[in-house]
Amino acid sequence: MKVSCDIDIKRLTRVEGHGNIRIVIEGGQVRTARWEVVETPRFFEAILVGKYFENAPYLCGRICGICSIGHTLASIRAVENCFGITPTTQTRRLRLLLKHMETLQSHILHIYFLAAPDYLGVGSVLPLVATHPAVVQQALRLKLLANDICDEVGGRRMHPTRPVVGGFTMLPDRYRLGQFRQRLQAALADLDASVELFLGFSIPDFQRQTEFVSLRGDGDYPFIGGELVSSDGVVKQEHEYAAMTNEYMADFSTSKLSRLSRESFAVGALARINNNFSGLLPEVKEVAGALGLNPVNHNPFMAVVAQLVECVQVVRESTTLIDQLLDAPWQETRQTVQPQAGIGIGAVEVPRGILYHCLHLDVDGRISKADCVIPTSQNHANILHDIEALAAWCVQQGKSDQEIELLAEMLVRAYDPCISCSVH
Amino acid sequence: MKSFAKTSLKSFLGVPLARPRVAFFELSSCEGCQLQLLNNEATLLEFLALLEIVRFREGMKEASDDYEIAFVEGSVTRKDEEERLRNIRAQAKIVVALGSCACFGGVNQLKNRFHDLEWVKQEVYGSWPVDTQEAKPLSAFIAVDLEIYGCPIKKEEVERIVTDLVLGQQVRHPQYPVCMECKAQENICLFDLGEPCLGPVTRAGCDAWCPSNRLGCWGCRGPAPEANLTQLYAIMRDRGISQERILDRLECFGGFAGFVADLKKEKGEEGKE
Repeated sequence: MKVSCDIDIKRLTRVEGHGNIRIVIEGGQVRTARWEVVETPRFFEAILVGKYFENAPYLCGRICGICSIGHTLASIRAVENCFGITPTTQTRRLRLLLKHMETLQSHILHIYFLAAPDYLGVGSVLPLVATHPAVVQQALRLKLLANDICDEVGGRRMHPTRPVVGGFTMLPDRYRLGQFRQRLQAALADLDASVELFLGFSIPDFQRQTEFVSLRGDGDYPFIGGELVSSDGVVKQEHEYAAMTNEYMADFSTSKLSRLSRESFAVGALARINNNFSGLLPEVKEVAGALGLNPVNHNPFMAVVAQLVECVQVVRESTTLIDQLLDAPWQETRQTVQPQAGIGIGAVEVPRGILYHCLHLDVDGRISKADCVIPTSQNHANILHDIEALAAWCVQQGKSDQEIELLAEMLVRAYDPCISCSVH
Repeated sequence: MKSFAKTSLKSFLGVPLARPRVAFFELSSCEGCQLQLLNNEATLLEFLALLEIVRFREGMKEASDDYEIAFVEGSVTRKDEEERLRNIRAQAKIVVALGSCACFGGVNQLKNRFHDLEWVKQEVYGSWPVDTQEAKPLSAFIAVDLEIYGCPIKKEEVERIVTDLVLGQQVRHPQYPVCMECKAQENICLFDLGEPCLGPVTRAGCDAWCPSNRLGCWGCRGPAPEANLTQLYAIMRDRGISQERILDRLECFGGFAGFVADLKKEKGEEGKE
């Protein structure tokens, strides 16, 4: 029996923002396989024009409800790079701790609330409250911990109040930081349980060769600044970001799209691990191995597994960061900021991949031009080509309508797309 | 407040709870306010038990059009959003505007200040055709029953408001400004640190979230009743805070739109900045 199907999903559920999936297969021939982005644009890059630099982190954080901390930090880095400000060691550690905890809360949200229901055969996390109470509790504990630390360091878990150009408005409480260190240690048990849970999931055995783009750290696992690299061998500096992203428009998407060496590339947890496996802690490499994640992995469904591996990495690194912070007396919270005319670029690895903010600033520190390149917009073309390849693979495997529909949804969800962010 | 059919076996202090059918929607937004609802992990399960959530696209696959309360996040920036909003109004007994974008237009309305949508589109998309209109709050198109302010919304406040709704109690917003809450927390006054702050004129209810973290208030909750903006403006100018920085905050979320328009007229500003 030849595969035929007509799948038309409007406003896909359990993803951030609005996107459609359309797959038409007739008698074993794929007629249409599309990923469409229908989100309304909000024009942040225009909104910033004419504004004083201090508006950039405050406004750009509001591009996204999930990764507002990442956007805030990217804008801060862009301004600081332009003004020639080098953050102090204390500021760098606090920012990385904040960034790590955003990664943890975002990954846990995606792994448990958005992705896991498909693997457990339910429509949302709600029925799991009754059937898998321990699983839901461990997810909530991990997410709560991450958010509590974001509150302590960033002032607020969403649209943070404390990180500003030059440092922080306020520093965390040392005693509470010590308590958080204990909770991070305890979180490792919940992460072990999460790994156990994942070992029971059957990840679709689908592959499509693609290019992976991420930051490359200096011997460690990268999150803020560094070289831009691709698995096809491209290496660029932060200020050359436009040559890495090559944005263009297409009629099926209100988001811009990107390409590099091939028709599309991928960013995110899987790209980071593929490009920086050697920078993972030894214990984390073991977890990756146990979950069958070895570089270079070309199965997009493994992105969820990569997120879980990163959760272990950031929890372990965060305990070390807290140790380092507690080992040194507090220094000044923020540096004096002296505007300088120029162009500043900030590249930050946020939960869904590499994020760039570019700001043109005048001598008074006013913005004359802004550009934000979002991880999900870089992923859109890759999602589209994955959907095409997935449809063909489903024909080969003789999958049913329902199976194809579910697999297509799971594929898009695996990218954890932040669609309103991508359109911004 | 409207009441709902008492269908649930759950009770609160002996009073049977209605457990209304609730749907969540988002227009142009960061979807952060909906996420804030999931962001209070410690009380999340108890909170969910108060409601029967029948539609929450970001969190669940199932979706029903049979709901009593609609929470709508985001501002209206395209024709299809107007239509969706009118359909939601036709179905829901109660429409709640969730967050500053829904209440005032939020950060999205900052693009309106150029009075030139063609330039705005050109700046971001070049010559590529893009559909957009001025960002507006829900109340520009439909009757809104309840507004929950903030960017982002404060979960504790939403829990209190939702509990009031479910129990059929009157929902009350504080009548005093953020400055009162800030003083009660004995924070250092931001004015003494040379920082601009809209705390004296902004509606309370956030427990002085930003000033308590030493960030001046940006007015995301809109004006408190009887806010004396002229006086605040004079005080900030006295303290050497530039007109530009005051204006940045006043115009950020759209809650002070009337005062901003007057101020700009005084300044003789026309068109693009």
